Amino acid sequence: MEAILAVVIGVLYATGLYLMMRRNIAKFIIGLALLSHGANLLIFTAGGLSRGKAPIIPEGAEAPAGLIADPLPQALILTAIVISFALLAFALVLFLRTHQEIRTDDMERLRSTDR
Amino acid sequence: MTSLILRTAARYLFPIIMLFSIYALLRGHNEPGGGFVGGLAAASAYILYALAYDVAAARHLLRIDSRTVIALGLVIALGSALVSVALGQPFMTGTWGELAITSTYKLKLGTPLFFDIGVYLVVLGVTVTILFALSDQETEAG
Amino acid sequence: MNEPAHSLATSLPVLLIAAGGGFAVAALIPWLRWLLGERSTLAAALFPLAITAWLAAQAPAVFGGQPVAFRLPWISDLGLDLALRLDGLGLLFGLLIAGIGTLVVLYTRGYLHGHPDQHRFVMFTLMFMSSMLGVVFSENVLLLFIFWELTSFTSYLMIGFHHDQEASRKAALQALLVTGAGGLFLLAGLIMAGHAAGSFDLSGIIAGRDQVLASPLFPWILGLILIGAFTKSAQVPFHFWLPNAMQAPTPASAYLHSSTMVKAGVYLLARLHPAFGSSELWQLVVTGFGAATLLTGALMASGQVYLKRLLAYTTVGALGAMVMGLGIGTDAALKAVAAFLLAHAAYKAALFLVAGIIDHETGEKNVTKLGGLIQVMPRTGTAALVAAASMAGLPFTFGFIGKELFYTELAARPLLAAGFFIAGACFMLVAWQTGIRPFFATRTETPKHPHEAPWSMTFGPLLLGLVSLTLGIVPGLADGLAGAAASAMRGHPLEVHLHLWHGLNLPLLLSALTLAVGAAMIATASGWRSVAEALAPAARFGPDRLYDAKLKGLVAFAGWQTRFLQNGSLRRYLLVTVITLCALVVVSFARADMALAFRALSPVNLPMALLSVLVILSAIAATLSTSRLGAVAAMGVVGFSVAVFFIFFGAPDLAMTQLVVETLSVVLLVSAFYYLPPFAKRSTWRGRARDLTVSVFAGAVVTLLVLVASGVQLRDPISSYYAETSVPMGHGRNIVNVILVDYRGLDTLGEITVLAVAGLGSLALLKLRAKAGGKP
Repeated sequence: MEAILAVVIGVLYATGLYLMMRRNIAKFIIGLALLSHGANLLIFTAGGLSRGKAPIIPEGAEAPAGLIADPLPQALILTAIVISFALLAFALVLFLRTHQEIRTDDMERLRSTDR
Repeated sequence: MTSLILRTAARYLFPIIMLFSIYALLRGHNEPGGGFVGGLAAASAYILYALAYDVAAARHLLRIDSRTVIALGLVIALGSALVSVALGQPFMTGTWGELAITSTYKLKLGTPLFFDIGVYLVVLGVTVTILFALSDQETEAG
Repeated sequence: MNEPAHSLATSLPVLLIAAGGGFAVAALIPWLRWLLGERSTLAAALFPLAITAWLAAQAPAVFGGQPVAFRLPWISDLGLDLALRLDGLGLLFGLLIAGIGTLVVLYTRGYLHGHPDQHRFVMFTLMFMSSMLGVVFSENVLLLFIFWELTSFTSYLMIGFHHDQEASRKAALQALLVTGAGGLFLLAGLIMAGHAAGSFDLSGIIAGRDQVLASPLFPWILGLILIGAFTKSAQVPFHFWLPNAMQAPTPASAYLHSSTMVKAGVYLLARLHPAFGSSELWQLVVTGFGAATLLTGALMASGQVYLKRLLAYTTVGALGAMVMGLGIGTDAALKAVAAFLLAHAAYKAALFLVAGIIDHETGEKNVTKLGGLIQVMPRTGTAALVAAASMAGLPFTFGFIGKELFYTELAARPLLAAGFFIAGACFMLVAWQTGIRPFFATRTETPKHPHEAPWSMTFGPLLLGLVSLTLGIVPGLADGLAGAAASAMRGHPLEVHLHLWHGLNLPLLLSALTLAVGAAMIATASGWRSVAEALAPAARFGPDRLYDAKLKGLVAFAGWQTRFLQNGSLRRYLLVTVITLCALVVVSFARADMALAFRALSPVNLPMALLSVLVILSAIAATLSTSRLGAVAAMGVVGFSVAVFFIFFGAPDLAMTQLVVETLSVVLLVSAFYYLPPFAKRSTWRGRARDLTVSVFAGAVVTLLVLVASGVQLRDPISSYYAETSVPMGHGRNIVNVILVDYRGLDTLGEITVLAVAGLGSLALLKLRAKAGGKP
């Protein structure tokens, strides 16, 4: 299963990066979203896949019964999901404002601001 | 975007989603849930309301400024982290106590719960702030 | 160390206050200025005055061989402690730094009278003074380095005080770059020395000197430390920054460039002399560079006509003499260095202050256009006369004593003696030009009509002149100080007995000859100047030009690199980052054991495989879509599918969060894309092909990375600890949540702060426009 997910992650990275290299602001945003999905899945897969057993201890028990999914990558990804949402929103607002101010959604025409 | 069906649905869905978000927040320490997902769910309740009616109505429903919600959340989270300092332990040490509701049922309360409430409020505040501000653009442009 | 108990109890904080307090006092000065106006400068002078008094009070104990020490553990693991120590060498330097500091602050009151930034200059001066005291009191070499760099930094502020003038900024930057770069060499050298000796304390390095000297790295250690010391003390070939730094206000020159900062290198060599002085390499290199600097400085000085440049070049020469003495390293040489150090500081600071007065009162910097000033400024003239006499080495001044001691040592070394002889004659010429000619030659007209300077400005030179004269007549008064300093340089106690009259001997003869040759040079001064002017074009090939060329090249390179890497195109940034990153990963793949890649794979599950196909197709659809809504929809499919993966592989928390976030993202994108124009094809096919190649390459690398990573288990994961302690210690059964709010709560606190900033930032971006655009 890892091999399949690895390909999925690779495709998400490739499409995400390709979109981010377009000259269109909206495409950049979509690319960013795809890239964050790819990154989250990467951490998840690298942490090891184990089917079905959530890292939750049964009621009354002191320790989990049997093997569970690794909770640490999950905690990392949970924050990553929320942070990438905030990043997405911020990038969106930033580009929206740029568009309103400079009246273009062409990335290549935003260069002068950095010179 | 103001259909009667959506409005009616939103009026009933709003309290249900809010109730769910608080439920997710409170049970988060033991079952799936927690401040992050709870806060996001609460935010989506407000967004739904804003879509059905308008941003002003949703803002009115929130009663306090969404920026205040962010600040409140940060203060609660930080405050919960400082409790242990007041007790002479390192910063952010989890501190637990039991609250006797009845003679048989005792509620376990700890600073991590308050920390999670802080997370809930920040996530709610931030999401609502951004989306409301974007919708304001809409009304200005339109 | 056997420190007396009383000093531990009473005097310890004072060392710390001396070395750090200047910064605190500097912070108070804006308030003092608000309260007192320009008189705040006088109040500020009380701080160095108090330190001077305290240091003087410590003298008996230090002379008795009982250093004052202070140690506060700081980062002991790195060998870095806040360790301070006051011994004979530190006392000599400390008295010069704090004493002349007091006079300089006082002088500033008159020199910058009415200048709106006077208080700022005083702040810089105090900060510099504390840094410099830190250098000479540091017992730990890493601490010494920190203070060393602080002196570079604060002197940058002082040299560049007239920041509205380009020449001033340029000189400040040059001084900072040369001494700062030297400081980095020094750090490397000190760390290597500390490792070799097994201690980062100066006393530890001296105690472990045998290991350092025996280390195969010793030539490197010595070379690196010497570069640091030579850049700071303006030794050839790094001497060029010092004359250029004369752009500084004169009190700064008097302070930094005569008596304190430039002597930091000399101090370091003196401090390390007990450790390394016995090595032949040290003796050869240090003596050689010192002698070369002595001659270069003295000869170049003789061709100058501007007051401060004359003094700057002779300072270079004098520093060379001290370095040479430390290279020779015999008892007599060290005594000569100690005495000469004191003599030089007294006369050179006085002459700089006088030069500032002349410039301030007449508006003329060229000595050949000055004359007869003694009539209008008798006090300044008197001070200048005494200081110049000391510089020339006339009897009954302390300069004479210093020179005699040098000749005593050099008498047996004809080559070095000849160099010192020539330099001594040049010094006489300069002394005449800066201290005597402007006052006693025929009266000339100057741009400004001169008056006597106020007492705040003449007090310093007069007091320093008095010191030169008193010690010149009764040199025994300096026995204790010079002896204690020489002992510290030697590493064991030395007795110093200074006398005015040594009898008729070779040194006296050499002194007399020097005076005669110097007088001859004075008589033919204009001739010397024309020779020097004829040689001036040769300076084009000097290190100063090299510095300019290097700096220009660096700026040009930085400009090219910025235009290439940061040309403002986001696509270029991405390309550079992605290609670099992937190349690095590929390189590490090539070196890793790839057999690990396909280990421990879990079985394929059909529904998940189908879902994978869906994700791949949706991602490609999002890429190819020509409509904005279509792209958002495809992206939503990807997001929800990822949530299903999370459910399936035991991550319900993630799935819930992902679902809600995906919903909100879609709402967000749809409502925002409303304002953006439809997709347009902009890239050429060539650009698309390039981007596609890079993206596919990156995707392939990531795929491989996942395969390798999922097979690798470097060490036992900490997760089992979390699983075992979640209920007993975290009081929660949802381990993910317990990690988030308890174990790694600090991360989460940081994260929600980031969230808050992102939210407020977005709000500011959106709302500020409404005001700027004048909309309601």
